[in-house]
Amino acid sequence: MNWIRLKYTKPFNIMREGLSRNNPIVISVLGICSALAITNRVENAIAMGIGVTFVIMGSSAMVSLIRQFIPSRVRMVTYMVIISSFVIAFQMILAAFFPLIEEELGAYVGLIITNCIVMGRSEAFAVKNPVKYTVVDGLANGIGYTYVLVLISSIREILAFGTILGFRVLPEAFPVWTVMTIAPGGFFVLGLLIWIIRELSKNFEYQN
Amino acid sequence: MFRMVEIFIGSILDHNIALAYILGMCPLIAISTNLKNAKGMGLAVVFVVTLTGLINYPIYLLLKATDSTHLALLVFITTIAATVQFLEMFLDKFFPKLYNAFGIFLPLITVNCVVLGVSLFFVNREYNFGETAAFSFGASVGWMVAIVLLAGVREQMAKRSDVPRGLAGKGIAFIILGILSLAFVGFSGLANIG
Repeated sequence: MNWIRLKYTKPFNIMREGLSRNNPIVISVLGICSALAITNRVENAIAMGIGVTFVIMGSSAMVSLIRQFIPSRVRMVTYMVIISSFVIAFQMILAAFFPLIEEELGAYVGLIITNCIVMGRSEAFAVKNPVKYTVVDGLANGIGYTYVLVLISSIREILAFGTILGFRVLPEAFPVWTVMTIAPGGFFVLGLLIWIIRELSKNFEYQN
Repeated sequence: MFRMVEIFIGSILDHNIALAYILGMCPLIAISTNLKNAKGMGLAVVFVVTLTGLINYPIYLLLKATDSTHLALLVFITTIAATVQFLEMFLDKFFPKLYNAFGIFLPLITVNCVVLGVSLFFVNREYNFGETAAFSFGASVGWMVAIVLLAGVREQMAKRSDVPRGLAGKGIAFIILGILSLAFVGFSGLANIG
């Protein structure tokens, strides 16, 4: 009974939009740079996912809080400054507690600033909605981003190293696919993933 | 001098910023459906990236001298946004023809990861001024090469080939990028730019 009522509430709908219907990576195809560049290992993908979720939630909430005071002409620059403050915070946390992952991600942590998803959520959702929905929206998009990243990186890490999170899942004799560790592997995996998901959900880009 | 040439060539072919470092994907996918727009966007990127690279380098030296490099991200992105805004106004006033050609692409460049990426890479690799100039120019030319190649292939594919429905549009663009990127792997070991 409660489930049925939950289905019609606004937060539920926002969650569903971010997680599946309008998934930022496979449907809207935003924020691809980091989704491909760092996904040759699952742990990098998880760290990146947490970072992006944190930055989207924080910056969208902040934009939503001050949305009445942002002049529309300079709104882009305002978002940029807010977003980069959160990214710097995340970079410092990462450097302090997980220096190895920080080294592996390198410049890509800083590049969360130009991740189109973060900017896109501020522009498309946060400036028009109150804080409580904005936080749900940020969380939904962050999780939608993270699980696709983990999926891509699992495929790549299994084929490239025969491991997941460092644990061996394929026998030593399995010939490793070196192409999966470098850029082309990322492009192929994402292209095929988009194909599979669009084919399964019958959600085509061109309807005829 | 030799080092600058090495970095320039290396950042176009061997370490192509789009095909090896996977930066600037959003505009690369969005604007590569026709060749003319792809060229316009490519030229605008070459212009802005080279300019912001040269501006950000002295600013980084200043940050380093005052021991506040943790603010680099914030300062870089503000510089980039300001440069793009300024450039837009400047072109509009003095070169209206050029402004009409670049028009819609200029504001989009602020969120192109290539611009910020170039500034972050020269910090990580500890380049000097000349090397930064060669790298900014090379990386942006490399990005332009990638978008023009992709747009050429996509334009021909739209006319001639029968792509599966689920793959049409962005899906097939990734497969093409994958093949292009695989071709550029052939250049690896050409130049050491690290």
